[in-house]
Amino acid sequence: MSSTVAAVPALGPALPEIVLALGALALVLIGAIRGDRSTGLVNAITVALIAAAGVMVAMQGGGKVSTFNGAFVVDGFARFMKLAMLIGAAVALVMAGDYMRKEKVHQFEFPILVLLSTLGMMLMISANDLIAVYLGLELSSLSLYVIAAIRRDDVRSTEAGLKYFVLGALSSGMLLYGASLIYGFTGSVSFAGIAKALQGEAGTGAIFGLVFILAGLAFKISAVPFHMWTPDVYEGAPTPVTAFFAAAPKVAAIALLVRVVMTAFPGITGQWQQIVVFIAIASMGLGAFAAIGQRNIKRLLAYSSIGHVGFALVGLAAGTAGGVQGVATYMAIYLVMTLGSFAVLLSMERDGEYVETIDDLAGLGRTDPVMAFVFAMLLFSLAGIPPLAGFFAKWYVFAAAVEAKLYALAVIGVLTSVVGTYYYLRLVKIMYFDEPKAAFEPAGGVVRAVVLASGAFVFLFWLWPAPLVNAAGAAAKSLF
Amino acid sequence: MVQAIVFLPLLGFLIAGLFGRVLGARPSELITTGFLIVGAVLSWIVFFDVGFGRGAYTVQLASWMRSGGLVVDWSLRIDTLTAVMLVVVNSVSALVHLYSIGYMHEDPSRPRFFGYLSLFTFAMLMLVTADNLVQMFFGWEGVGLASYLLIGFWYEKPSATAAAMKAFIVNRVGDFGFMLGIFLVFVLSGSVGFDAIFAKVASFSGLKFHFLGTDWNAVTLACLLLFLGAMGKSAQFLLHTWLPDAMEGPTPVSALIHAATMVTAGVFMVARLSPLFEASPDALAVVMFIGATTAFFAGTIGLVQNDIKRVIAYSTCSQLGFMFAALGAGAYSAGVFHLFTHAFFKALLFLGAGSVIHAMHHEQDIRRMGGLFSKIPFTGAMMLIGTLALTGFPFTAGYFSKDAIIESVYASHAGPWGYAFILLVITAGMTSFYSWRLFFKTFAGKPAAAHDDHGHAHAAHDDHAHGHDDHGHGHHEPHESPVVMLVPLAFLAFGALAAGIAFKEAFLGHGYEAFFKGALFTGKDNHVLHAMHEVPGWVVWSPTVMMVLGFALAWLFYIARPDLPVQLAQSHRLAYEFLLNKWYFDELYDFLFVRPAKALGRFLWKKGDGAVIDGLGPDGVSARVIDVTNAVVRLQTGYVYHYAFAMLIGVAAFVTWYMFGGAH
Repeated sequence: MSSTVAAVPALGPALPEIVLALGALALVLIGAIRGDRSTGLVNAITVALIAAAGVMVAMQGGGKVSTFNGAFVVDGFARFMKLAMLIGAAVALVMAGDYMRKEKVHQFEFPILVLLSTLGMMLMISANDLIAVYLGLELSSLSLYVIAAIRRDDVRSTEAGLKYFVLGALSSGMLLYGASLIYGFTGSVSFAGIAKALQGEAGTGAIFGLVFILAGLAFKISAVPFHMWTPDVYEGAPTPVTAFFAAAPKVAAIALLVRVVMTAFPGITGQWQQIVVFIAIASMGLGAFAAIGQRNIKRLLAYSSIGHVGFALVGLAAGTAGGVQGVATYMAIYLVMTLGSFAVLLSMERDGEYVETIDDLAGLGRTDPVMAFVFAMLLFSLAGIPPLAGFFAKWYVFAAAVEAKLYALAVIGVLTSVVGTYYYLRLVKIMYFDEPKAAFEPAGGVVRAVVLASGAFVFLFWLWPAPLVNAAGAAAKSLF
Repeated sequence: MVQAIVFLPLLGFLIAGLFGRVLGARPSELITTGFLIVGAVLSWIVFFDVGFGRGAYTVQLASWMRSGGLVVDWSLRIDTLTAVMLVVVNSVSALVHLYSIGYMHEDPSRPRFFGYLSLFTFAMLMLVTADNLVQMFFGWEGVGLASYLLIGFWYEKPSATAAAMKAFIVNRVGDFGFMLGIFLVFVLSGSVGFDAIFAKVASFSGLKFHFLGTDWNAVTLACLLLFLGAMGKSAQFLLHTWLPDAMEGPTPVSALIHAATMVTAGVFMVARLSPLFEASPDALAVVMFIGATTAFFAGTIGLVQNDIKRVIAYSTCSQLGFMFAALGAGAYSAGVFHLFTHAFFKALLFLGAGSVIHAMHHEQDIRRMGGLFSKIPFTGAMMLIGTLALTGFPFTAGYFSKDAIIESVYASHAGPWGYAFILLVITAGMTSFYSWRLFFKTFAGKPAAAHDDHGHAHAAHDDHAHGHDDHGHGHHEPHESPVVMLVPLAFLAFGALAAGIAFKEAFLGHGYEAFFKGALFTGKDNHVLHAMHEVPGWVVWSPTVMMVLGFALAWLFYIARPDLPVQLAQSHRLAYEFLLNKWYFDELYDFLFVRPAKALGRFLWKKGDGAVIDGLGPDGVSARVIDVTNAVVRLQTGYVYHYAFAMLIGVAAFVTWYMFGGAH
């Protein structure tokens, strides 16, 4: 108070983020000096940095620590979500290597941008006030805009990047506008301060602020009606980029959304619950119906991810510790299934070209039985068929919704998952019952390993679900 | 011993059915036939042991099911009634097995045929040895199944398949009544075992039961429902239509199932349940009415049929009517006696007809026969004996049993006895007429048009000649059947001659009590067995007179003046057509049941299932899903301003919602 020189804040809790930031700066220098020849090296170092950050996150002790005047918080929830997000980022980056080389987009900026985006997402997950939220969000988003358009000579890729940027800017504006309203009506930007000011009754201004903040966040998780960019960007961006988009940022954005509504607006749960229920239903429904009409696997997976975000929001709508546990479990399992599916997509190379329509899968059951079986397992899991992992993911969020007496939401969720089953099973049918096309070229070792690992995870999850579920439960408790 | 009688045919069926392909046809024939011959010999031993020796006993095999008050056992009830049926079933079955070795010798699926025959025999034995209604129903359905399989044995023939289905479906109607009857008896008595039911008849004979909107006497209702089952199985009036069509099966099958044994199951059932029927005079009246009506009705049709097997089939139908008339009069032993004698001479007639068909190379139309006596004298002699027995020539089997029925109906003075008596006497005349007509047209006269249009005849029956192609070319001279087919004829002929005089006292006379030992129940007011011996002389003579008249008329029509029947048919065209078309029952049922059922089925299929269930269910839902999908996909235009617009609309909608609706 009396001191004019602000004390240096404790940096320990933010050590992984600091490591990533310094690493990114160093890599830019390496890249600038050695040019595109250094891409392989930069890529490897990036993966190593992300892995190191993951280890550091895992090593951070239990309990809740905050620093930077409470703007940055590290708790069980943050650690769980950061680990999941880092795994997603690292795997996507590892899988990208082959593809980027073959498709001649071998620029050293790509891993660095991924790294910066990852750093932004780390900040998002740990953000504990509105300013930190915005900083983290923008850092990650700006990197993602560029990554989406990384193939500068490709019309679809640049169009995807531009669309993403324009709409992302709009959503950022909404978020900022909402944040300013909240600050104006509560007098605080910290989540704790906002929660204190909004007890029980909320004025119209604060509600408006809530709506705009949620709209901005819903854009990041591509929930309906803020999802429109998703199919176009997924299709336009190079496949490894899409894999990255579908995995890590989803986890981070969901984590941010959960933290915001749980810690900043716990006093007006009844208010935000209405929005969450609506966008959950809309996302599940649209994801299920629209995916049926798709022939491109990336677009299909885009709608699939919209639907899965809807399912995850079912858990959030419950507004309970059980619900958050369900969300955390769901996102972890979703991450594995998504990475596995994109690994299959990355192995679909025929005559030196990557193909991506569902008809290209015809007869995979005969030309590559192992790959077809694993992909079938992943699809069954995405559809939520027991005893695969995807079933348990849905089980936890629906159970939380039922416990919170959101029966209609649970029933609608189950019905839309039935509709969704159709397009997953159609892929299985095409793989096993349609006339075979020429076999794909043998996939790279990394991609194949990811396919097999994710298949093993969804196939064997029911044997030993306790570690993941218990960790998610501990993570959820730290928010309450 | 009785276990061997009942289960040897099952063993034979399993061996022939499971290993017939491996063993080959001849071993299958020998094994099944051998088992049946052993069973037949044992049956006669049991018959004399039970009927004239130590009396009834029950063999407990196993417990079947126990659920609350429902206790059902597998057990064999061996009393005189069962013993009579054992003799009939096993004797005829053994002879038919033997006969089939010759008759079916060219058929490639003989193991299957003999397996089915043995399966039928086993089911029939389960039926007659049943100790409770459920086990009886098991046998009942078993014989129905075997009958279905055997009628449709030549399943390449569409007409055989259709006839098999018809037999099965018509029997379902009766079986449904039978099942309801079993349920009702269980409700009334709390048991399905015969002894337990009979012991309680007195306690529930006065009860009322509400059914189809009316209060019924409970026993009468139970008896009528059970009798419905008997009507189906025994091809009685209204449920008779399947029996003539069943002649599509091989002739030995007709002899065994559709003459001697299965069709008499209804008669057996009513006799077995005599304590129940005795408690309901109304039900007995219905039994007598249906029986007499069937006898008359089937007799009239038999007069004009031209297919040798169909004539005998209608005769069977008619004779079954006689048996029911006797049961309805309360003279159960008379009915069972006729069942017993009828089995011999009707099986004889069928096997004889089979021998004729065999000789004529699968020609069945009697208009194309004639003068066969000199060609196949042994078969002719056997058919003559059968005809004499059927028409009731003095001292043959039929003479005693049929006359006893007519006397007992007259003497009963119960129910519609006058109606029944008159019809039965007339029918006795008709029986004589159509039997002699058959005999004359087949064996007497000159070898009619047989050779002139033989090519046509053969073509018409080519499908009959399944596996007999080596017969099918060149000139055919009718030839006598092999010995293996003639021996059974001789045995049956002996039975047809002697069975009546040998057992008349036991069934009907002074030996009745000692023979049946209570296996058949007669109420204390039922004195018909005494009264039938004291009827006026003209009653005793009437069937014999009618028999002679029938013979004389047949002789006049088919030997002396063969032009007369043609003129008669032309001058009474309508009546002739009516009879030839079997009173138009098939057409009537087709109109009343088959077409409405098909129309209903078509309606439910096209409209109900296709339009409503598929339309609103799977097809409709998937079509709506596709519609929704198309609409949603169309939203994805690719224009950034559309996307931004959607986001703004979303935010605006939320804000509006909170301003006007949800913020409470």
